[in-house]
Amino acid sequence: MKGGEHRAIWLHAALVAGLAGLHFVLPDYHHGIFARVMVLAVFAMGYNIAFGYTGLLSLGHAMFFAAGLYGAALPIYHLGWSVWPSLGMGLLAGLVLAVIVGCLALRTVGVAFMIVTLMFSQVFYLTTLYFTTYTRGEEGLVLPQAARMLALPGQNVSLANADMRYWVALILFGVTLAFSFALVRSRFGRSLVAIRENEERMRMLGYDVFASKLAAMAISGVVSAAAGSAYAVLFGYAGSGFASIQYSILPLLWVLLGGAATVLGPFIGTLIMFYLIDVASSYTTAHMLVVGVALILLILYFPKGIVGTIRAKWLRWLP
Amino acid sequence: MGFGPYFLLATLEGLVMAAVLALTALGLSLVFGVMRVVNVAHGEFYMLGAVLAWWFASLVSGHPALGFLLALILSPLVVAGVAFLADRLVLQRLNYEPEATIVATIGLLYIIQQLALTFYGPEARPVQAPFDWRMQLPWFGYSAYKLFVIAASVAILLGTWFLLRRTSIGLVMRATQADREMAQAFAIPVSKVYAGVFALGAGLAALAAVLIVPIKQAHYLMGQDPLLLSFIVVIIGGLGSLRGTVVAALLIGLSDGIISMFFSPTLAKMLATLLVALVLVFRPQGLFGPAGMAAR
Repeated sequence: MKGGEHRAIWLHAALVAGLAGLHFVLPDYHHGIFARVMVLAVFAMGYNIAFGYTGLLSLGHAMFFAAGLYGAALPIYHLGWSVWPSLGMGLLAGLVLAVIVGCLALRTVGVAFMIVTLMFSQVFYLTTLYFTTYTRGEEGLVLPQAARMLALPGQNVSLANADMRYWVALILFGVTLAFSFALVRSRFGRSLVAIRENEERMRMLGYDVFASKLAAMAISGVVSAAAGSAYAVLFGYAGSGFASIQYSILPLLWVLLGGAATVLGPFIGTLIMFYLIDVASSYTTAHMLVVGVALILLILYFPKGIVGTIRAKWLRWLP
Repeated sequence: MGFGPYFLLATLEGLVMAAVLALTALGLSLVFGVMRVVNVAHGEFYMLGAVLAWWFASLVSGHPALGFLLALILSPLVVAGVAFLADRLVLQRLNYEPEATIVATIGLLYIIQQLALTFYGPEARPVQAPFDWRMQLPWFGYSAYKLFVIAASVAILLGTWFLLRRTSIGLVMRATQADREMAQAFAIPVSKVYAGVFALGAGLAALAAVLIVPIKQAHYLMGQDPLLLSFIVVIIGGLGSLRGTVVAALLIGLSDGIISMFFSPTLAKMLATLLVALVLVFRPQGLFGPAGMAAR
C-alpha cells in the first residue's frame, strides 16, 4: 500500500511535468488545444468528485461552470474589475449556487436527482438568456485583451498571450489534480466512496450523510466554477452556450470515457474526446453523432472507462 | 376585441397545445411507469415523427389529405420500430439500470438529432393540413383542423385507456409495472413487454408530432420543448397515472398560453421549470399521483 502511494504520487507528478515539457515541443495548434483541454479537465475533475466518488449523477453541472464563467466575466466586462477579484467572484458564485442547489436537490435521490439538477441548470441557462442586456445571450461577451492582465508580484502579465495561457492552465490543472488526489485519499474522500456504495450503512454508522453529500456538491461546484472562471479570463469569452444542457453532458462523457472515480480519468477522457471530435470534424460535420455513439458504446461495453479498466486489470494502486 | 373572444381564443389554442402535450407526455409516462426508464430521447422520437411526416407527405401528390393520412399511419409505425430496435440493441443489454439507461438515451438523442440534421437539414418545413375549413364560432372563424387535433387526441387517449384497462395486453403491461419478478414468474415475457412499451411510448410521441406539423413546422430541434414540457406534465401529474397526465397536460397547456401572454416566453419557461423542480423536491409523488419517482 505504501509503495503504491509513492508510485501514484510519482505518476501524477510525472503527468504534470510531462505537460510542462510538452509546452516546448507542441506545435501552435496542439499547444492551444492542450491549454483548453487542461482547463476543461478541471471541470471534469470537479464533476468527478460528485459523480465518480460520491455517486451523485448530476445532469446540471453546466450551471456551476457557467456560474464561474459569468461570475468572473461580468465584473470584468461591466465593472472593470481586475482579474484576481473577478476570479474570486467566480469561485464564490459557484460555491453559493452549489450550496443552494445542493440543499434542494439532495432531498431527492437517483432519477429524481438527475431531473432536478437538469431543471435547475435549465433555469440558469434561461436566466442567462433572459438578462441578454448584460450577458448578450448566445452571442456572448468578449473580454477585451486589456482587461485580461494578471497582476503578479513585480509585473503584469497578459493572459491573452498563448504561452502565459498554457502556464496558467497547467498551474490550475496541477493544483486541482493534487487537490483531487489528496481529497480521495483523505478520510472524508473515503467516506464519500462509502456513501456511494452503501448510503444506509453509513447512516447507521452515525455519519451525517446529507452533510457529506452537500460538502461534496459544494467542492464539486467550486472546482467546476474554477474551471469556468479560468476559461473566461484565459480565452476571453463567456456565452450562454456554456450553460446549456450540452455542457452538462460533456463532463459526464469525459469522466465516463476516462474512468469515473479515478484521479487521472477526467484528463484522459477530456483529451481523447477533444481529439476524437477534432479528427471527426475534419471528415464530417456530424460531431454530435460521434458524441452519441461514444456515449452508447462506452456505457454498453466499457462502463469503467480507460483508467478504470487499467486499474481493475493491472494497476490496483491507482487512486 | 372584448374579453370574451380573447378568452375563447386563448382557451382553444391552449386546448390544442394540451391535446398534443397529453399524448407526448403519456408516452413518456408509460415508459417510466412500466419500465422505470427515464427516456431523455423522447423528444427526439417526437421530432423524428414530425420529420418523417413531412417526408411521407411529400411522397404523395394529389389531395393533401392523402399525404397526411399516409404520414399519420406510417410515421408512428416507423418511429415505434426505431424505438423497438433501440430497446433491443441498447437498453435491454444495460438491464434497464436507471443511470446507465439515462446515459444511453442521451446518446440516442444526439444520434437521432444529428441524423435528422444531416438528412433532413436545418430548415423548418410545413406539412399541408388535410383540410382547411373554418368553423364559424360566435366571434370569429377558427381552423377546423385545430378542433380535429383536439378530437383526435381525445380519441387516442380513450383508446390508450381502453388498451391499458380493458385488454389482455394492458393487463400484462400493468402486471409488469406492478411487479416485474412476479410477472416473470407468471410466464409473462417481460422483455417483450418492455420492448413493446418502449415502442408504444415513442409511437405516441410520433403521433402527437404528426398531428402538430400542419400547425407548427417540422424542424430538427423541435424535440427539446416537448421533452421538457412532458417531464413537467409527468412530474406534476404523477408518474404512470393516466388521469394525472391528462389533468396536468390540460393545466400546463392552458396556463402556458395565458402566462406567455403576460410575461416573456423565456421568463414563463424559467418560472415553470423552477416551479416543477421544486415540486419534484418537495412533493415527489406529484400533485395527483399516489407514489412518485422517489418512492421507486
